This record gives sequence, structure tokens and C-alpha cells, in this order.
Amino acid sequence: MIAELGQYALVLALALALVQMVVPAWGAAKDDPVLMGVAGPVAVALLLFVSFAFAALVAVYVTSDFSVVNVVENSHSQMPLIYKITSTWGNHEGSMMLWVFVLAAFGGLVALFGGNLPDRLKANALAVQGAIATAFLGFILLTSNPFARLVSPPAEGRSLNPVLQDPGLAIHPPLLYLGYVGLSIAFSFAIAALIEGRIDAAWARWVRPWTLAAWVFLTLGIAMGSYWAYYELGWGGWWFWDPVENASLMPWLAATALLHSAVVMEKRDALKIWTILLAILAFSLSLIGTFLVRSGVLTSVHAFASDPARGVFILGILSVFIGGGLLLFALRAGELRQGGLFAPVSREGALVFNNLFLTAATAAVFVGTLYPLALEALTDAKITVGPPFFNLTFGGLMLPLVAAMPFGPLLAWKRGDLLGVAQRLTLAAGLAVIAGVVTAAATGGGPVMAAVLIGLGIFIIAGALTEIAERAGIGRVPARVAWARFRGVPLSAFGTAVAHLGVGVCLIGIVSESAWSLERIASVKVGDTLSIGSRDLTFARLENRSGPNFTARTAVFDIHSGGVSAGTVEASRRMFAARQMATTESGIRTYGFSQLYLSIGEETPDGHLSVRVTWKPLVTLIWLGAVVMAIGGGLSLADRRLRVGAPRPARRRIAQPAPAE
Amino acid sequence: MTSVPLFVAFALMTAVAVMAVLWPLSRARHARGEREADLAVYRDQLAEIVRDQAGGRLSPEQAHAARIEVSRRILAVGGEQAVKESASPGRRRAAAVVALVLIPLLGVGLYARLGSPAIPGAPLAERLSAAADGSDIAILVRRVEEHLSANPNDGQGYEILAPVYARLGRLDDAARAYRQAIRILGPTAEREAALGEVLTAAADGMVTQEAAQAFAAAASMDPRAVKARYYLGLAAEQDGRRADAAAIWSQMLADAPAGAPWRPLLETALARLGVQPPQPATPPLQAPAAPVPPAAATRGPRVAPDAAPGPSSADVAAAAQQTPEQRSAMIMGMVSRLEERLAAEPKDLDGWLRLARAWSVLGDKAKAEAALQSAKGAFAGDEEAGRRIEAARQDLGLGG
Repeated sequence: MIAELGQYALVLALALALVQMVVPAWGAAKDDPVLMGVAGPVAVALLLFVSFAFAALVAVYVTSDFSVVNVVENSHSQMPLIYKITSTWGNHEGSMMLWVFVLAAFGGLVALFGGNLPDRLKANALAVQGAIATAFLGFILLTSNPFARLVSPPAEGRSLNPVLQDPGLAIHPPLLYLGYVGLSIAFSFAIAALIEGRIDAAWARWVRPWTLAAWVFLTLGIAMGSYWAYYELGWGGWWFWDPVENASLMPWLAATALLHSAVVMEKRDALKIWTILLAILAFSLSLIGTFLVRSGVLTSVHAFASDPARGVFILGILSVFIGGGLLLFALRAGELRQGGLFAPVSREGALVFNNLFLTAATAAVFVGTLYPLALEALTDAKITVGPPFFNLTFGGLMLPLVAAMPFGPLLAWKRGDLLGVAQRLTLAAGLAVIAGVVTAAATGGGPVMAAVLIGLGIFIIAGALTEIAERAGIGRVPARVAWARFRGVPLSAFGTAVAHLGVGVCLIGIVSESAWSLERIASVKVGDTLSIGSRDLTFARLENRSGPNFTARTAVFDIHSGGVSAGTVEASRRMFAARQMATTESGIRTYGFSQLYLSIGEETPDGHLSVRVTWKPLVTLIWLGAVVMAIGGGLSLADRRLRVGAPRPARRRIAQPAPAE
Repeated sequence: MTSVPLFVAFALMTAVAVMAVLWPLSRARHARGEREADLAVYRDQLAEIVRDQAGGRLSPEQAHAARIEVSRRILAVGGEQAVKESASPGRRRAAAVVALVLIPLLGVGLYARLGSPAIPGAPLAERLSAAADGSDIAILVRRVEEHLSANPNDGQGYEILAPVYARLGRLDDAARAYRQAIRILGPTAEREAALGEVLTAAADGMVTQEAAQAFAAAASMDPRAVKARYYLGLAAEQDGRRADAAAIWSQMLADAPAGAPWRPLLETALARLGVQPPQPATPPLQAPAAPVPPAAATRGPRVAPDAAPGPSSADVAAAAQQTPEQRSAMIMGMVSRLEERLAAEPKDLDGWLRLARAWSVLGDKAKAEAALQSAKGAFAGDEEAGRRIEAARQDLGLGG
């Protein structure tokens, strides 16, 4: 019964999405306020029905209703409750349901909180949201129905893929989808602006926070996915330049560019066309990411071609939304009124520089991800574009960008003073040089590039702090005044500084992990000891353990540090009977920001166990950096003030002496 | 079984969806125009500049410059016309009709294609706690499985479960259950033949080596076992030993009573080999109740494409005469292979017990006893194994 109600709610949701697509747009075209007014209530009703359908799907999963095919294929009655819930979206059909649920939720929020939007903008934006919802609900209902039923239900399901039986599945996909789909708001507003041929003042006020929220979720989602892969897959790598990862990185890069561009637009009424284009691109890349992951095209171009129903449908969605969006952009962008002017050296100029580099980096990842697919489709040749390509192109573009990052926020709007900014960053640069030298000395003159990059990380962090110190006037005004001014610094400025600081933290983590990791691979018997860095690991015992739906072989290692016992670390292999599959559970001990990482392989009949122990210095900074970035985004989001970028009056540029040292 | 509450719920949901469109259409409203919205934003921005200046976040010069810029934006908006509104009852009616017609039509139409209102929901807990009335075979199976995992030596349980698995198409599980039944209750012609049958079905109708061994064991225990002999014939045919196949099937036909239901199957099979079926034997034998296996009926045997040319009638006769010896040779071969394997890998309790049972079945009590002794030696100190060995000794009527 619940499954059928969910099915019907989903069907009604498609009907409502069609109404939401057509009626408000018609109203906007005819200037009919009543028809435009349909958008809001219908968007809320759509959210209601999609939520109901999604809740129904969760309910049949939780109650192990094996009359639903999807539940049989992905659930098992002995799984813990949390995995019964998460397996709802741990499969194709369910994850598309989550996608549409998030989409409907964003549409509902625009409807509920869009009271200050001009009617036509709201109606058109919601109509575009309705079109996206129509496409994806149609996709679900016609190719991936999650509520398909069985006449004679089996008594047990086939279980969720054991690799996915992890708390990560509860967090990673929802965060990622909040990010992906959040970008649809920026897209819908961009399309609405293009339809109208004008960008309202409220446009920028709306687009920036929504993009920022999506960006925060996307950042956290990607970081979570990276950490999950790190501890679950047993390789100890945190980024593989895998197409699935790239699929989430591309929208992130585009969203980062969009975010910065939207700041210029909100504060200075400039870069409008750029912002519109980035909004279209960011969501297009989200759609491409969805296509790559969901169509099966990654497994094999030919597998995709032989069972193309889903892939072709998504390809159709892609063509309509990306092609349509870009076509509309090409036709209408010229009619948009250009905004304020600015000098090349200015905050706006710095943000344009930032956008160019981010866009180029996105293009590099795009080419590296899609070129092999295109080549395979055209010539049958299978090639792999690996880390060397990405490190060279992506790294080559990102390094100058992050090196320039501390300069941006210190530049004034409209026209800036690069020399003055450089002087104010002297302290940060000094700290960076010291950090680099100390690192090189401490690591025995290891890779020079690594020490330089550590210095760069410190420069970014110190530069971010410099901006706040400058705003408060620390060192230039008495402490009490500085404190008062510090408290007056708007949250969004803190947000910028914290997010930029996060990039530095992340960079330091990446460099340390890549340059100074230690690794031991050995075949050990109980009682054997291997040393890594200053620690000795002794293979204490091998145990059998059992979980709710698996049995495990767990290897326990005693850790000794300088001869003193320092606890144990355990790694195991879990065997899941329902799927006859094994997973590795790596053992991780965290020391400060560094980690000891242990993973085990198969046992040999004579009692040997292959183990891989890695010492990863400062590795957690990679993800903590991302979390810091997200916190920065959150701070900026919490600042609900209006933004007016106060330009420095031109005359002051001449009058002002060089800033005091 | 179509439930009324379900359709009442559908009707309510449809009503809510339609109302979500009709309700806003029923209200007169005025649009919030672009100009109005823009001015609101700019006024807020001006207020913000004043607050920032008062809070010391903007210097007076900066505040002044910002105010000028915002004022410029206000001026740019100011010249535009007020919003022209054109609410039209005609459009409104059209939209209402679309909502009233399209939503129920699309809802019902798509649901009719996708939904299965006749299938009741089946949450597992409810199914497990429901009275066992036999309507939910999957749950019955699950109950028996749970019982068996708690009582792994309940041979009757496996015996009941195995054919149910086979009917549900879970052929690997069926084979496993038959093996358990044979292990615990001992081999009989029926069990071995049934095991062979599910193994054959699992292999898409190919009589595998393992299946052939099971059929041979069944045939040796009951030389008139219909199912086992039919499949042995099929195995011979698939191996290209057409003469053997013809011999087995001809013999079966000769033995079969006039009204036996499997006669047509045998005649078809023989016709496939190009052999004239012999006339039915006059003295009717008591036929074992072995219906034609569904697997054979539906899948049909796969004839090896490179089958040898048809056998001469002399070959057929010879094969028919040789069959009993061949059978026992096959059994002996099986047993001695088992013996060899156990000599190499003695840590196989089931293997030892099977060996003991095999010797016992073949009538050699001494060798059966020897097998049990070897098992005891291999599992010295293992209490559970000891118990099972003693149980087997009791079962087989050996020693004390």
C-alpha cells in the first residue's frame, strides 16, 4: 500500500512539474499576475508530493518490503537500521529520487522565501525549475521506476553493496546532491534573466547566497567522499582523478568561479554576463556529472551503447538544458545591460583573473575526463588519462591562482593599488619564507618544491589573516579601537578570510602527504614486527569477529613508540554472506594531524598476511582544509546584510600616501 | 485484491494536486513589478550604507561614493514605466481546465501503466508474524531455513525444503539441501535422483559429471529408478554415446508398464536417436512415482552437435546387456576416487561419512567400519566430529 501511494505521488508530482513549467512561464510572457502566481503554490505542492514519494520509498526500505523490486535488489533484513535507510539512495533509482527530492526542496524554498523577488523573475525561475523537475521525474518514471513491484515477494533481499555499508553513504550523497542541485537555482535564475533580457537588482542578491550554499555542500560532499574513499577502499589514496571524482570537481570549480563572480555582481553591478554564463556552466557540469555517473558510460562506452535507454534519456536532458541554456545565452546575452566599470588592477580585476584560471582548470579536468570517452566512442581505442596529466594541467593552473589569492581581498574595488597590497603582505611573505626554509631544514633538504609549496601554504594562511588585521587596523590604531573595529568587521569578510585560509591548510596537507609519506609493504606472521618512522608495529593476533550481517578477520597490531607501548591498531577484511563479497576495513590511528594507515590483504594458507602500513604526515589537513573552507562559506552565508562594494573615491588615490608600515 | 482505502487515498491526493493549481488561480493578485522590487533593494542598500557608516565600517568618503553609486542605479530604474498588468479570465479558465483535466488524466494514465494496486504491501515483520497458512512460500522457506540454521542436522527439514527450492527456481540451494538430506538421512534412490535432477537443471539441462554420479548412485540403489535411468540415458546422449543412450532408454521402455506417463518422453528421446521404440513389456511393473521433471520438459536436452553416427542394433543390444556392470563399475569408481581423495586430504569429515555410507550401501561392512576408524583418527580430539561418527555408526548398523 505504501509503495503504491508513493508511486502515485510520484506520478502526480510529474503532472504538477508540467504545470509548474508551463503556466507561470505563460503568465510571465503575457504579464498575467494570476498565472504567474501559480508558480509558488505549485512548487510547494510539488515538494509535498516528491517528499511523500521519497518518504514512502524510505518506509518500504525500513520495513524490508520485499514486494518492491528495488528493495529486494538493494536491502537485506539483517542490515542495521541506518544502512536500511541509506540503501534507499545507495542505488540508481533511489539516488535519482534523492536528486529530485533535493530539487523539489530548492524549488519549494524559492517559492516560500522569494517574496521580495519581482514576479516575472520568480515565475520564470520556477518555470525553469519545473522543467528540470519534469525531465528528471520523467526519467525516473519511464526508465528507473523505484516502485516496481513483485507479485510473489522473496523473503530476503540481495543486500546493499558491502562497500556502501558505511556511515559515509548517509552523508556523502545527500551533501553532494545538495551541492549539485543547489546550482540549479543559479541556473534557473540565469535562464529567467535571459528570457527577460534584463537582470534585476534582486537577481544578484538571490544568486550569490544560493550558489554559496550549494558550494558549501559541494565542498563538504567532495571532502567527505574523498575521506570515505581513503579509509574504505584500502589504498590510502585520497584523490584518484577518477572520472566519478572529476564529475564532482568540475561543478565545484565552476561554482567557485560563479561565487566570486556573483560577489562582483552583487556589490558592483558588474560582470553580469560572465556571471550568467558561469551559472549556466556550473549547473551544466552538475548535469554532466550526473550523466557520467548514472548512465553507465564510464564502465564502458560500449556497455552504454548496448543498453542505452537510460543513457540516451539523460543525454537528451543534457542536450535540452545545456544546449538550450547556451543557445539562449548566445541569443540574449547581448541585450543585457553592462554594469559598472573598473580598472584592471582592482578587486574586480582580481576576481576576473580568478575566474579565468578556475574556468581554465575546469576545462583541463573536463578534457582529461571526457577525451578518453570520446576517443573510445570514435576509434575504439582505450586510453587512460592519469594523474600526470591532471597534476601538470590542473596543478599548473591552480598554483599561480592560489599564490595570487592573498592579494585579491586586499585590493580595493574599482581601482586598486598593487604595490600597496604587496607592502601589506610583506609580513605574510616573510613568514612564508621562514616556513619554507625551516621545512627544508627539518626534512633534510628533501624535495625543494615541497618546501616551497609549504611556504606558499603559509603565505596563503598568513595572507588571509592579514586581510582581517588590515580591516581592524591592528598595528595602526590603538588596541581598543582595533578591537572595536575587529568586532565590526562584517561576517562575510571573515568568511572570505576563513575560506582562503582553508585553501592554505588544504595545500599544506596535500604537499606533506605527497612528499613525505612513508610506506612499508610486508608479508608478516603473528609476532613479526615492522617499523615505520619512529613507530614499531607488532602483529599481535588475528581474530574472527562477527557483525550484524558479516563476519570479519581482524588483524590486531600493537604499536610501540620508542619502546613504549602506544595502543593498538586494527585492520580487517569483512565477508558479507548475502553478496559473497569482501571489503577491507583499514586501521587508522590519528596522531595530531598525521595518520598511521594500515590495510591488510589476503591470508596465505601458511598463516602469512600481507600488510601495507603508511605514515601520512599532516594528511588530515586535506579534509580539514575543506571543512575550514566550508565554514568560511557558512560564515559568509550567515551575513545577511546587503552588500554594497564601497569604491575608494578616485581623488584619494592621489592624495593617499603609502600605507604606514 | 484491490483495496478501497488505496483508491480513496488516490482520489484525495489527486484533489490536493488539483487544488494546488486551482487555488492560486482563484485569487486576484497584483504582480510585484521589477521596478518596485529593484527600488526596494536599492533603498535597503542605502540604509545599509548609513548603518555601516554609523558603525565605523565605512569612512565618510567611501560611504559618500557608495551612496552616489546606488543613487545612480536608482535613477537608472526611475524612468521606466509602471508594470502593465493584463490578468485575463480566459487564460485563467484555460489554466484551470488544464489543471482539472491534465493532472487526473496524466496521474491515472501513468499510474495505470506503472502501478500495481492489486499487490498488497509486504513488510517483512508482518509477513513473519502472520499465521503460517502456506500462502507465502518465501516466508515458509525462510522459517524452515531459520529452523535449519539452528538445527543443522535435521535431515527431514532439508528433505522438505529441497523440492520447494527447486520449484522456486533456487536450484543451487535445492542441490545444497538435497546434499544435506543425503548426508544426514543417508542416500536413497529418490534423493540421489532428485539431486541429479536439480544439478542438471542448474546446468541448463546438461547432465554434469556430478549429476551423472548422483543418477548412477540412484540407479544402483534402485535399478528400476525411472528418473535416474532417463537422465543417465540423456547423459550418454550428451556425451555422444548414442548407443548407450539408446540401450538405456530401450530397456526402460521394455520395462515400463503400458500406461506409464513417461513413455511418450522416452519414445520421443529414442526417435531423436533414430531408434525404433520396442513394444511394451507385457508384465506391468510397479512404477515408482516419478513424474517427468519440469526441467527436462521445459528446457529439453541439449544434443551434442558432434554426436557420433547412429549405433547399430548390435551395439544397442550389447549396451543393454552391459548396463548393470557398467553401473556398478561406475559406483566403484566413484567410491575409490573418494577413497583416494580422503587419503590425500583426511580433514573431510563429511567425506569419510559418505565413504562409510557408500561401503555400507555396497554391502562391505568391514570397509565401512574402516572408513569410520580413519575418520576418528583424522578428527581425534574433536568432540563434535566424534559424536557424528558414532551417530553414523549407529545409522549404518555397524559395530556397537
